[in-house]
Amino acid sequence: MSQEQEKNYLENGEGFASWFFTVDHKRIGIMYLWAIGVFFIIAAIASFLVRFEHLTPGQTIMTAHTYNVLFTLHGSMMVFLFIVPGVAASFGNFLIPLMIGAKDVIFPKLNLYSFWLYLLGAAVFMIALAAPADTGWTFYTPYSIESGANVILITFGIFILGFSSILTGINFIVTMHKLRAPGMTWDRLPLFCWAAYATSLLQVLATPVVGITLLLLIGERFFGLGFFDPARGGDPVLFQHFFWFYSHPAVYIMILPAMGIISEVIPVFSRKPIFGYKAIAYASLAIALISFLVWGHHMFVSGQSKLINVIFSVITYAVAVPTAIKVFNWLWTLYKGSIELSTAMLYSLAFIFLFTIGGLTGLFLGALAADVHLHDTYFVVAHMHYVMIGGTVFGFFAALHFWYPKMWGRMFDEFKAKIAFVLIFIGFNVIFFPQFILGTLGMPRRYFNYAPEFQSLHQLSTYGTWIGAAGFILMLWTLMRPLPGKAPGNPYRSLSLEWSMDSPPGTFNFDEIPTITEPVYNYGTKIEEES
Amino acid sequence: MGFFDVTSKVLKSIAYPSEMVPSIDTEDDGHHHFDHETEHSGAKLGMWLFLATELLLFGGLFAAYAIYRAKYPDMFQHGSQSLNVVLGTVNTVILIFSSLTVAIAVKAIQENRIKLVKIMLWITIICAAIFAVNKYFEYSYKFNLGIFPGTDIFYSIYFAATGVHMLHVFIGMAVLGVLLRKVYKGKYSKDNYTAIEIGGLYWHLVDLIWIYLFPLLYLVG
Amino acid sequence: MNWLPVSASTFAPGVDFVLWLVTIISVISCILIGFLLVYFVIKYRRKSDNDQTPAITHDSFLETLWTVIPTILCIVIFIYGYVFYDQYTTTPKNAVEINVTAKQWLWTFDYSNGKKTLNELYVPIGQPIRLVMQSDDVLHSFFVPAFRVKQDLMGNRYTYINFTATKEGVFDIYCTEYCGTAHSNMLGKVHVLSKEKFASWEDGSAKKVQKASSNLPPAEVGRQLYSDKGCVACHSIDGADGVGPTWKGLFGKNRIFADGTSILADENYIKESILYPGEKIVEGYGPVMPSYKGLLEDSDITAIIEYIKSLK
Repeated sequence: MSQEQEKNYLENGEGFASWFFTVDHKRIGIMYLWAIGVFFIIAAIASFLVRFEHLTPGQTIMTAHTYNVLFTLHGSMMVFLFIVPGVAASFGNFLIPLMIGAKDVIFPKLNLYSFWLYLLGAAVFMIALAAPADTGWTFYTPYSIESGANVILITFGIFILGFSSILTGINFIVTMHKLRAPGMTWDRLPLFCWAAYATSLLQVLATPVVGITLLLLIGERFFGLGFFDPARGGDPVLFQHFFWFYSHPAVYIMILPAMGIISEVIPVFSRKPIFGYKAIAYASLAIALISFLVWGHHMFVSGQSKLINVIFSVITYAVAVPTAIKVFNWLWTLYKGSIELSTAMLYSLAFIFLFTIGGLTGLFLGALAADVHLHDTYFVVAHMHYVMIGGTVFGFFAALHFWYPKMWGRMFDEFKAKIAFVLIFIGFNVIFFPQFILGTLGMPRRYFNYAPEFQSLHQLSTYGTWIGAAGFILMLWTLMRPLPGKAPGNPYRSLSLEWSMDSPPGTFNFDEIPTITEPVYNYGTKIEEES
Repeated sequence: MGFFDVTSKVLKSIAYPSEMVPSIDTEDDGHHHFDHETEHSGAKLGMWLFLATELLLFGGLFAAYAIYRAKYPDMFQHGSQSLNVVLGTVNTVILIFSSLTVAIAVKAIQENRIKLVKIMLWITIICAAIFAVNKYFEYSYKFNLGIFPGTDIFYSIYFAATGVHMLHVFIGMAVLGVLLRKVYKGKYSKDNYTAIEIGGLYWHLVDLIWIYLFPLLYLVG
Repeated sequence: MNWLPVSASTFAPGVDFVLWLVTIISVISCILIGFLLVYFVIKYRRKSDNDQTPAITHDSFLETLWTVIPTILCIVIFIYGYVFYDQYTTTPKNAVEINVTAKQWLWTFDYSNGKKTLNELYVPIGQPIRLVMQSDDVLHSFFVPAFRVKQDLMGNRYTYINFTATKEGVFDIYCTEYCGTAHSNMLGKVHVLSKEKFASWEDGSAKKVQKASSNLPPAEVGRQLYSDKGCVACHSIDGADGVGPTWKGLFGKNRIFADGTSILADENYIKESILYPGEKIVEGYGPVMPSYKGLLEDSDITAIIEYIKSLK
């Protein structure tokens, strides 16, 4: 073994170029992590301002146009720059080769190109902010055709980002097909990898459709193609069909990796095998496939036919069942376990609870009669954030804490991190729970102004952002200042492959490709199972 | 590393996208850690997945076509009759022929017949160029008549679909061009032909999509 | 706690039933999962690093249970959701049609007797109504929380809403499909009147009702019109910049137009701008204002002018 190979991946090369031109999946994962972190913070600040505006009805600190720009910025940045590429590209890159026992992904250079494309797309997106769009992140036509903002640039940026997603997805799928270590059969694959696999499938199959949609939208603005413009014989509902054909599966692109994360965290801190491994793995795939058939439930009141509405409503409930199964599986993994409430575990348990609320409120929206009332109100906003924050972001935070020792080779202050968790958990619920009630009362979303009777709930929601922000800052503070001393290779006594090496891992992960002989999550003793 | 170095390195790697396929370069960085067989089948699987995304991209256009044709049958009938079927047919034949030549190139490299590979890739690229020239005449003829994207929905679809396809023809030409250059440099042999094979796959897709576009646009009714 | 708006249409009780049904299911599920979560965490907390744990990997009975029960619940919810939706989308035979046109950022309502109203929809109680709706520009959505009805409006296609009001009173109309800068000011009111009052409104004798308000000084009437007729969506009265120029200090001011000309803002200029807004576009603003010709009477316009005069 040469001297160089003994260095860990963080020490192997210094300076800008050693990162920017690296093909090391771990470094690429870390770069994604930084990039999405920055965009997350920018988008979160936008939402903070949006909430602040709602302290009083009418104008508080900004004009209606600024408000519209800010919620568009928040939505599009969170969706396209943070949450869609987020967990999959950062933790997926870092973890998949480690978990399946490979030295890298199968196309290391393509991996780097994907990251560059991501940066390029993000750069175009940022340039577009010179005349920021006020269309909402959904870019519904014909408003997005008429709007005076830089819609072309912003959609072109998203198109490039989509390209990056597709290439990453292809890379992951092929990696998992071709580079699993000997003995790493599909039914021994960690559930995070299963989730990443399902996510990648969605990215590969759904993203092209939004790609062509956005290209057509650009053509619409350049040439007046007329596909989506009623004034030219086009159909705005067609745009919505195209858009949601991607954007609904995209919801699962966002949530599946987080489900994968907590499927990793919970067994380790319960010292139990995951309950119903196969059910979770197949549920991931089932969710991925069914999610292609439910896009119309975003459009129950947009003017599509009654029959189509009924069909989409039925299929929507079909996707609810595998989701429910997963929740119970995680829950039952705790049963008779030896539970340690580490920070990562707290985020994972919060995920279960908040995601349950997010999922259950989805049942309201899937019911046709109720959706007619709730569509495009704050109820939808709250539902979506319970899934996206309570689900994905909490899963993302769980991963940040759980794999922190592996990534950075240091430990963090668990106590402070737990306080941050409590603040974030409380803040989150204070922000979004009142919005369910606002929604049922009929408060429409994307409203700069609102009736005075909604003020107390709006204010409560705004106060929540202050608690949440405090918690988030404390979390960053804690993670930015690691404890002195090197982290052990396996601080949690985990049985997964990524913990079998030093923290942080060496540049080439494994000196020798391991051979897998046991099922994954092989915790606990087999005695009681027999009885 | 200065700004200039970074820029040139980025540009260089973008100029040779085929380097994304691992087999093309020597194993310089230690991250190519698997045997040729894995590389070869992996690259092929990756390409098939990519082709699936391309099909879905055009799938959006085909869906729009179907919806608007059902909505405006007369407009589609009328618009379709105004297209030049002769040029369209010629282009179809050219593309099918170029698919054949690229297939021969892939077969030839597996038999190490480098000269044949060069000839076949040249023919393919020339066919693509002829296709592009024909398309240019078709477009400018339409523009002269005052028909542009946006004239009506049929022409919008016509220009959008053939335009996006044209873009793929250009990308295909660039890919084949890079491959050809590397063939001249002697980079490929019967033990190392993954790049040519997946480049050929891409070209078949370009051809395949045209085979659908042609009857849908030119031969309505 | 009151978490639902007033219920004022025949459709509302059905929606409320579904909302209650799902709420009860959700609350029970949440309590169950939350309880188990906390209970397990406490009961099975780590006592030592050497805790023995059983290797339970599956349990067919439990898994069947939590597959079947959610499936049944989902089916039940779907069926109720569908049944009430079906009632809502089926147009009663004796329904009276009212045409609705949306544009940035106001609603106009055309009645079968030739009447036309702005941002105010008048309907009789107990009478099935069918709204035939279309947008003049971008997407909008017609939403009356009290009726639990909502439907998007588009440019090239009519969409419909059926409802039968069951309560007299005035209820909010919101636009719920994002439609640009003044989206949140695209508001209206539904007036549900008794049969008699509606009849008198319909044959024009409702004028008398309005006459009562004309005892007010004209500027005061203008102030009401300002919010009722949708002026508020674009024009501020406190000097803040909006989609259109502010009304504050407008009267008597020199107006500079996009074509470089200018004029002193007097009564005739304001009246022209209300009736033919495209004629003179103030510099820095877009030609977006719709004409109010036929929507406001001369006396209304006078009142608005008086109101603008009062905004110094």
